[in-house]
Amino acid sequence: MSVQPYRREGASGRVLRFRFDGREYEGLEGDTLASALLANGVRAVASSVKLGRPRGVYAAGCEEPNALVQIEEPFPEPMLQATTVELYDGLVATGLPGQGRLADRPDPARYDAVHAHCDVLVVGAGPAGIAAASVAARAGARVILADERPEPGGSLLGTAETLDGRPGREWAAEEVVALAALPEVRVLRRTTVLGHYDDNYVIAVERRTNHLGAQAPAGMARERVWRIRARRVVLATGGHERFVAFAGNDLPGVMLAGAARTYANRYRVLPGRRAVVFTTNDSAYAAALDLAGAGVEIAAIADVRQAPGEAWAARCAERGIEVLTGHVVTAAKGEGEVSSVEITPRVGGGAREVPADLLLVSGGWTPVVHLFSQAGGTLRYDEELGAFTPGETRQAVEAAGFARGVGGTGVRTLRACLEDGAEAGRRALAAAGFAMPAEIAVPSAEEEPAAAPAEHLWLVEAPENDGDYGTHFVDLQRDVTVAEVLRATGAGLTSVEHVKRYTTAGTAHDQGKTSGLLTGGVVAHALGVDVAELGTTTFRAPYTPVSFAALAGRDRGPLHDPVRVTAMHEWHAARGALFENVGQWKRPWYYPRQGEGPGEDMEAAVLRECRAAREDVAAMDASTLGKIDVIGPDAAVFLDRLYTNMMSTLKVGSIRYGVMCRPDGMVFDDGTVIRLADDRFLVTTTTGNAAAVLDWMEEWLQTEWPDLRVCCTSVTEQWATVALVGPRSREVLARLAPGLAVDNDSFPFMTWRDAEVAGIEARVCRISFSGELAYEINVSSWFGLALWEAVMASGEVTPYGTETMHVLRAEKGFPIVGQDTDGTVTPQDLGMEWIVSKKKPDFVGKRSFARADTSRPDRKHLVGLLPEDPGVLLPEGAHLVETSALPEPPVPTLGFVTSSYRSAALGRTFALALVSGGRERVGERLYAPVGADLVPVTVTSHVLYDPEGARRDG
Amino acid sequence: MLLIPCPWCGPRDEAEFHYGGQAHVAYPEDPAALSDEEWARYLFFRDNPKGLFAERWSHTAGCRRWFNAVRDTATNEIHAVYRVGEPRPVTA
Amino acid sequence: MADSAAESTAERRSPAAAFAARFEAASAGGGLRLAEIPFLTQINLRVDPKSPAAERIGTAIGVPLPVEPGTAAGGGDLEVLWLGPDEWLVVGPDGAGPGLVERLIEAADGEHVSVVDVSAQRTTLVVAGDRARDVLAHGCALDLHPRVFGPGRCAQTMLARAGVVLVAGEDGFRLLVRSSFAGYVAEWLLDVSAEYVAGG
Repeated sequence: MSVQPYRREGASGRVLRFRFDGREYEGLEGDTLASALLANGVRAVASSVKLGRPRGVYAAGCEEPNALVQIEEPFPEPMLQATTVELYDGLVATGLPGQGRLADRPDPARYDAVHAHCDVLVVGAGPAGIAAASVAARAGARVILADERPEPGGSLLGTAETLDGRPGREWAAEEVVALAALPEVRVLRRTTVLGHYDDNYVIAVERRTNHLGAQAPAGMARERVWRIRARRVVLATGGHERFVAFAGNDLPGVMLAGAARTYANRYRVLPGRRAVVFTTNDSAYAAALDLAGAGVEIAAIADVRQAPGEAWAARCAERGIEVLTGHVVTAAKGEGEVSSVEITPRVGGGAREVPADLLLVSGGWTPVVHLFSQAGGTLRYDEELGAFTPGETRQAVEAAGFARGVGGTGVRTLRACLEDGAEAGRRALAAAGFAMPAEIAVPSAEEEPAAAPAEHLWLVEAPENDGDYGTHFVDLQRDVTVAEVLRATGAGLTSVEHVKRYTTAGTAHDQGKTSGLLTGGVVAHALGVDVAELGTTTFRAPYTPVSFAALAGRDRGPLHDPVRVTAMHEWHAARGALFENVGQWKRPWYYPRQGEGPGEDMEAAVLRECRAAREDVAAMDASTLGKIDVIGPDAAVFLDRLYTNMMSTLKVGSIRYGVMCRPDGMVFDDGTVIRLADDRFLVTTTTGNAAAVLDWMEEWLQTEWPDLRVCCTSVTEQWATVALVGPRSREVLARLAPGLAVDNDSFPFMTWRDAEVAGIEARVCRISFSGELAYEINVSSWFGLALWEAVMASGEVTPYGTETMHVLRAEKGFPIVGQDTDGTVTPQDLGMEWIVSKKKPDFVGKRSFARADTSRPDRKHLVGLLPEDPGVLLPEGAHLVETSALPEPPVPTLGFVTSSYRSAALGRTFALALVSGGRERVGERLYAPVGADLVPVTVTSHVLYDPEGARRDG
Repeated sequence: MLLIPCPWCGPRDEAEFHYGGQAHVAYPEDPAALSDEEWARYLFFRDNPKGLFAERWSHTAGCRRWFNAVRDTATNEIHAVYRVGEPRPVTA
Repeated sequence: MADSAAESTAERRSPAAAFAARFEAASAGGGLRLAEIPFLTQINLRVDPKSPAAERIGTAIGVPLPVEPGTAAGGGDLEVLWLGPDEWLVVGPDGAGPGLVERLIEAADGEHVSVVDVSAQRTTLVVAGDRARDVLAHGCALDLHPRVFGPGRCAQTMLARAGVVLVAGEDGFRLLVRSSFAGYVAEWLLDVSAEYVAGG
């Protein structure tokens, strides 16, 4: 049997073994790492980030500023609070010096996300939250009750209060079990609500397997992000206790009074043997009495007030606890931990030093208003409470219980919280349109002593110490002291936001839960203004730290983004194609030749594929091109308005290339238009712009031209497309489609025919993106693989990928929208004056071609570039300059390379570029940086291969 | 994330919509008749108020309809949605 | 075009064909059923709902076009899904496409309608069983509560990062998924189902 020297008598539960900072310990089931460490007498848990001072457990929840640990086993996780880590068997952890280390191996756990909807979301399963949820749930509303802790009860977990004659913790557990059994109620334990956004969109993270250690089931997501849309939100988030700035207030052994009470009651742990209590309010009296009952000697209570609550003082007198009214703690003293406490009367009299190993501090309670503020609610300062409370909000959210500051004296009262929670539940029901239950039973709580007003003391001044405030901490996690706050105000800062940024107070991992208001109080004190006047800093999500893994959920690895594939994808993959990402599509990039010996590299493969297309016959999967069916009596008028060229004159059976511009005259997309019937066209778009072009069409039709009788339907994936290219493509097609007349007169360039190809009904288009004789065969995508296999079956057709397609089209000077254009390029810049209609009275973009800017002579034109060394490949994106040596920066650039390849047909490298006044520079020598060198290039026409178009008919 | 009430589909997450900028900026009747200055105003100039703003949205992941919304740019509150062609409703 | 697809000698392949075995394995536990229904006929129909053509079409196919947003109507072996205020998807059995296109165009009788066979544009995935709603909630932001999205409801929305047409039935849901996204959605469904079939 182990010895846990600070464990209270009678504590029971399964013994768990764990290791901390290399030493073996035992704790009990239900412990947090913090309570287990305290039970073993471990006082210094971590060290501080800047000063390296030892730090102990200060709080009992997510507000903990000090006890930062790193979990080492079963999987490394940095920067956790010992107060929120549930103990499990085999846990291995170390204390941290203010910052942790990321794991150096991939996290094997699963993470996921779930959407949820409810009538009422209740955040916090303390007395107010349970009361609110009960009212709402029993009326049949869809309720989500979320709480960050492993068990419900909230503040009841830390006290010895009773409800309906039962311990509060039992009451909470039973209520929540009953709630969870209702069909429309979801109870989320270990779930922290992190963010409250527009329209009651609330993000929470549920920790599902962390507490199981190595026993966590493999298929179960470790953490789950809940994306909750709530018609109404009740924030029953309670309060956090804050401390007071005095000398040595960071020593291990100094602890928030309420936290010590929680350790004694909830965890059956004594945080020390002999305690001094320092308080500004009545709540610490309950803590002192509970601890005294648990066996801690209370040496004295130093109360800043002259008049504490009478009933509390009387109870202390009964127990023989000395209450020093009008006193403050001026210093906590000790080597590495508290060994004595210096208490001084506020007026007159000398200090006395009281031996103690524990100093309990209560500087008052701060309602947890983070979510209310995130939701856009205003905050107002409550003088009685000495804290900011929820004000106005436009969202359907309200705070209840102590989060709203009920009680009025700065001390939570159980009855008031229960009643306020039930009221909030009622209001939520009414707002959500539910009938009110006939009777709402609020459990009966014990009579609580009338509380006396708190006095809001932020700072214990140190005049006798020459005003040295170097150990008066306001933010323990950032090691910010009163001295630094005074330096900030002394430097002239008068805004709490500025002081926050200057000192970093409130910016640590704990986001200043215990220190934010204290910092404000000290600033106000230093400036001689009211805290109310000073205001508070802005609360932002997340409420507590959240891992990137949780936020990523299952959107990582292969599911990071949709992978779109064509009907032929399996063939490409089996053939060993390498793939290029084009938007979300995976397109075959090139097909290295398989066989014995080392694999073919990209350069060799692409040269081979290009030769096949120019000299023999080759095929590409072109299915990813966007396709839109445009139907209606006004379809031709509509396309005339969108394309720069005329589409209405296109004959049924024919095909025309077209360019679309934005109203500013810049090229938006290009593709072919096929006329299927008088009132029906099939438009193709670039792969990446398919959705954008459809949206564009809908936008014009719906918002500008609703009178046009035209409908647009995406058929991108209805069709699978094989591009069959090369001088021998006609004979291959003739074999595959014996019923189709393929001779040039029967099936001329830029026409289409319906035919049966390889036994599949198909639409064959004679178009070419390479300049060669070519066909695009379209079939239902169900038959895409069958068609491709039929094309490849003879073994004489070379499959080629997007790289070869790019080389072939670039040799012909065909631009790729988005590669050779960037939203600042007109059709005229691309050398396509011919595609801009002069006849049409208007089309989208036309007016902009009359702007001065679009006719500047120095606009960038698409031109070709030939490096003087035919082996040099220019990097895409390389800028072009006029001189062989770079002038002093800023270097004037003439333009840049947009496409660059090795050409089998030209027997050399070449490039396309956008060059200022480029067409006037044909024949000029320019220079482009390649590595450290400036290499000479010659400007040419952008059409480098077969400029007379002799090859397209085969 | 906003919950945007599509006039057809009802409230949906903002992620289902595309933003379309200021509403009621019509394509000019006869662009050729406009001066460069007037055309530039149509192309490039939009209001940017703090407060109520009539703007266009498209429910791209849903019914693909364009509609207009009056949104308070300071609070994100949507005061009204209305279909294309309908007049801007009177909002507070 | 020449012959109907169903008569072709070449072999058809549906977009999620490669997932059949894994869908079956994930369905073994009973709480969840994943499957592809391949080759359904799907006709995209655009018509003014107030036009006589719309009424004639409803009569011709025996299913009045549902005009309430987000609803589906069925009759015989056809189901009509509301996609937009003037847009529907008419879903029928494998092979019904060419005939259905003809009937729709005939019923329009020269009025402006748009009838496009998009049968291969999307495939149909079934997500059924007790856990179907839980599985979809991982990626669908719609409220799928039976009171809100019960049988007879349909919606175009997002599932994870893919656009889908979601149709609620008595036993679960059908997802109409763009063919190129079928692999992504199938992988996503299988990844989600790990938690439910492993007894998590």
